[in-house]
Amino acid sequence: MTTSTSHLQSHPGLNLGAAHGQAHADAEPVVFGFWIFLMSDLVTFAMFFAVYATSLQATAGGPGNADIVDVTSIALQTGALLVSSLLFGIATVAMKHGSAARTVIFWLIASLAFGLCFLGLEVRDFIDAADKGAVPMRSGYLSAFWALVGLHGLHVAVGSVMILVVCTQIAFFGLASDVKTRVLRLGLYWHFLDIIWIGIFSVVFLPGLLT
Amino acid sequence: MSDKNKRAHDLRMYFTGFGLAVTLTALSFLTAILQPFGPVGLFASLAVLAIAQVIVHFRFFLHIDLSRQKREDLQLILFTVLIIAIMVAGTVWVLGNLMTRMM
Repeated sequence: MTTSTSHLQSHPGLNLGAAHGQAHADAEPVVFGFWIFLMSDLVTFAMFFAVYATSLQATAGGPGNADIVDVTSIALQTGALLVSSLLFGIATVAMKHGSAARTVIFWLIASLAFGLCFLGLEVRDFIDAADKGAVPMRSGYLSAFWALVGLHGLHVAVGSVMILVVCTQIAFFGLASDVKTRVLRLGLYWHFLDIIWIGIFSVVFLPGLLT
Repeated sequence: MSDKNKRAHDLRMYFTGFGLAVTLTALSFLTAILQPFGPVGLFASLAVLAIAQVIVHFRFFLHIDLSRQKREDLQLILFTVLIIAIMVAGTVWVLGNLMTRMM
């Protein structure tokens, strides 16, 4: 973190800029703190990835990786998550450049809609897998699979609830300083989930297509 | 820069990142579906494409760069990467070893 001279302030994520006064001054410490949370979350995910990698062979004769991958659904989920991330970015840019609260809420809800599309497709995949007998109790491999993919899904679900919460806050309080910094942090969280998803489709789903 | 230009600049960051991310994702899916390089080549190309895409996300969506003010955040990320490398490599090594002994 830099000194308190306002023009020097800069933090990861979209910087609001000096025009935002209090929100801009508050953003730097809270965003840095939030980064520490995100990085600890990254360590958690990394360990789930490590456990997944060591359990690849532990299928106990049950369904393996190749049996549960539906590549069309994975491509759609990836697209939905990316579009959602872009829309959240547009919402933060709108907030930074003084758009009306209504406009910011509109982009946030659009972002939420794509997040929910992702969740819907993921739940459908989980139900399909369960129908094939690929339930978490079946083998060590499937426990690791459900834990890793499910943990990411849980994060997206929590993020979706948080988008609704900040939208409600914007509707009630307008774009107050602390509401703005919350939107910034939620944006970091939302983009961060995309990064985890890159790991998931590259490590879990796409190698499953290997013939 | 006028306010309008700044807004266009900020939006362009997100759209550039989005374009690059879509391209890299499409390449990942294509290599996995068409498999032009064999198994080892597939894993290698998936790893390279994934790392490239992670960097794109950090640069264009999370706005991490090499500027001085963000250096502490970059150090935080790199430190986390170090911890992850130790913990993941250790887990894969120890548990992988255990599994081959149990086979």
